[in-house]
Amino acid sequence: MKKFFAKLYIWVLLVILYAPLVFIAVFSFTESKVLGSWEGFSPNLYRNLLTGQMQGNASLLAAVKNTLLIAVIAAAVSTLLGTVAAIGIHNMKGRAKKTVSFLNNIPMINPDIITGVSLFLLFVFLHFSQGYTTVILAHITFCTPYVVLSVLPKLQQMNPNIYEAALDLGATPAQALRKVLIPQLKPGMVSGFILAFTMSLDDFAVTFFTRGTIGLDTLSTYIYTDARKGGLTPELRPLMTLIFLVILILLIIINVRQDRLQKQNENR
Amino acid sequence: MDKIIDIKGLSKSFGDKKVLQDINLYVRRGEFLTLLGPSGCGKTTLLRMIAGFLQPDEGSILMDGKELAGIPPHERPLNTVFQRYALFPHLDVYDNIAFGLKLKKVPEEEIDKRVRKVLKLVAMSDYEDRDVETLSGGQQQRIAIARAIVNQPKVLLLDEPLAALDLKMRKDMQIELKEMHKKLGITFIYVTHDQEEALTLSDTIAVFNEGRIQQIGTPTDIYNEPVNCFVADFIGESNILKGKMLRDRRVAFIKHEFDCVDEGFGENVKVDVVVRPEDIYFTTDPAKCQFKAKVNTCTFKGVHYEMWVDTDTGYELMIQDYDPYPVGSEVMLYIDPDDIQVMHKERLCNTLYGTVKDAETIELLGADFPLPNTFEAGTEVKVEIPFEAIDLMDNLDDGVIDGEVHFILYMGNHYHLTIKTDDGDFLWVDTNDIWDKGDLVGIQFKADKGIKITKKDE
Repeated sequence: MKKFFAKLYIWVLLVILYAPLVFIAVFSFTESKVLGSWEGFSPNLYRNLLTGQMQGNASLLAAVKNTLLIAVIAAAVSTLLGTVAAIGIHNMKGRAKKTVSFLNNIPMINPDIITGVSLFLLFVFLHFSQGYTTVILAHITFCTPYVVLSVLPKLQQMNPNIYEAALDLGATPAQALRKVLIPQLKPGMVSGFILAFTMSLDDFAVTFFTRGTIGLDTLSTYIYTDARKGGLTPELRPLMTLIFLVILILLIIINVRQDRLQKQNENR
Repeated sequence: MDKIIDIKGLSKSFGDKKVLQDINLYVRRGEFLTLLGPSGCGKTTLLRMIAGFLQPDEGSILMDGKELAGIPPHERPLNTVFQRYALFPHLDVYDNIAFGLKLKKVPEEEIDKRVRKVLKLVAMSDYEDRDVETLSGGQQQRIAIARAIVNQPKVLLLDEPLAALDLKMRKDMQIELKEMHKKLGITFIYVTHDQEEALTLSDTIAVFNEGRIQQIGTPTDIYNEPVNCFVADFIGESNILKGKMLRDRRVAFIKHEFDCVDEGFGENVKVDVVVRPEDIYFTTDPAKCQFKAKVNTCTFKGVHYEMWVDTDTGYELMIQDYDPYPVGSEVMLYIDPDDIQVMHKERLCNTLYGTVKDAETIELLGADFPLPNTFEAGTEVKVEIPFEAIDLMDNLDDGVIDGEVHFILYMGNHYHLTIKTDDGDFLWVDTNDIWDKGDLVGIQFKADKGIKITKKDE
């Protein structure tokens, strides 16, 4: 009996958690304008989304493109910056190391809204015209600490003599970095990239404050404006479903990779 | 003489800590040199400076007459075998070994030939496609050695390469390393804390302690003629005793007189004496007997028995012999003059410099010690404190300053301790109390035990 309730509890929890997603996925296959009324099965919304012929606002596709572009650039740049920073932090000693690690953690705990507003004020102060550049810069800012955090453990696990061994065998510092250090850190860098990508993808607060007034929309700001205008564009439903699927696949990839790495470590 | 590496006046500090002080050492071409010492003695630091991972603060390292300082590690014609192998986990055995050759743009066929040759040399021929992480510790070590020697370095540096292996494997690898050294003709500089390993492998041993070279010599020199108590104690088992050189070839210790072969110490000079436990012989001939003793313990050690005996004069000695003598039996003993190693005393007492505060107090080692004196306040004085005049206390609050037991030497009937104070100064203490290495102690001076206070520079 105890077991039954334990199981029931889990199932109720899962249903509550996933019901909204299932709901939106189901209604992505009907053309009704209003969410919640079933007007018969139709893949038309998917077709509209892919061909760009929208019932509603056509700038949805532009928003998706912006979102992906910003996420890819921000993730790539922060992976680079974060890896270099992690190597630097790892080679520091004592108090300096602790201080910098601590400073690295603050932006992650800091509420997005504060990051957003402070960046907005900074850009205004520096007379930056706000738009693509400022949004990308802002995203790099809050993504980099996550990359640092996922690369650092790889550095700690690494045999400290490996880099020296490469130098010893005749590699210049640049060659040692490329041929020995980077291959060792790759798993951490990949996890960092994926993390940064998803963080950038679903950011609203920071984007909202740094996008300026040129009408730049990412998915999150688009939906926000769209919802305020009354009623969501129906094509959002298949889009949400697709995004969820992509994220799900990414998550599965990360988990499988971690499992594999763990097994490798156990075999050592 | 053909010196491949010549180190002159080398010093290195990390922060306040002096890791190496005034190191002078040369390595002959083709020699197997071992840097031997306890952990933290600076031997690995020296090796890392030769490799180029650390820069010396002072002094120079010459290789074939050319200064190495300023040349980055990847341009130095030497290779290192690291303590924990440091193989590249993302490359297989072949690519690990070929790493250096590929960087030097050696033609493909030659790389192939050389990799196969070294694999054969380290007896790992069939392993070239293996992932390095699937190899055992011993196999990884072989690959690490192969990866270094494939580049045909002039000097091979080895940083405790066998420390992570189990005993049996270590012994086998020692023999292989020795053979490799002979076959290749490369100069080896080997770092270890294992004295037995050093004695087995080396042509020359440099014994390190506290950042200084204590002795340089062949294994037999170092074993048979240690220059000080540290070396005698660190290499092999030994009985280290206080003695007095009466005249040339005559020494007194354990309250008996012995013939020895040492000369030139002068008459009635205080010395330290080392007698190896295998050099004290049992006899049944009263004419040969030099002193008598009672067997206290007897332990079987495989090849020999190890016995502790109490001499008729109250000293404890360790003796190793192939035959056991029953515990409690009276035995007659003698020592050959050849087997008595007489050493100059490193110091006769603790010499400290300080300032007089008042008639009852002198400031020494940064603290005020109650020492009655007849000097004016402010006088700079030299204070000579006999080893017996220092009191060590369990309770740190009872001492004027604190310290840590740094090194322990058993001298037959008492312990000779080296105490490192909180500020990093050293004091030497004779005591009958048993302390362990690393014990924290309070330090107090016994003013009535012959402490000599004189004006500085007198």
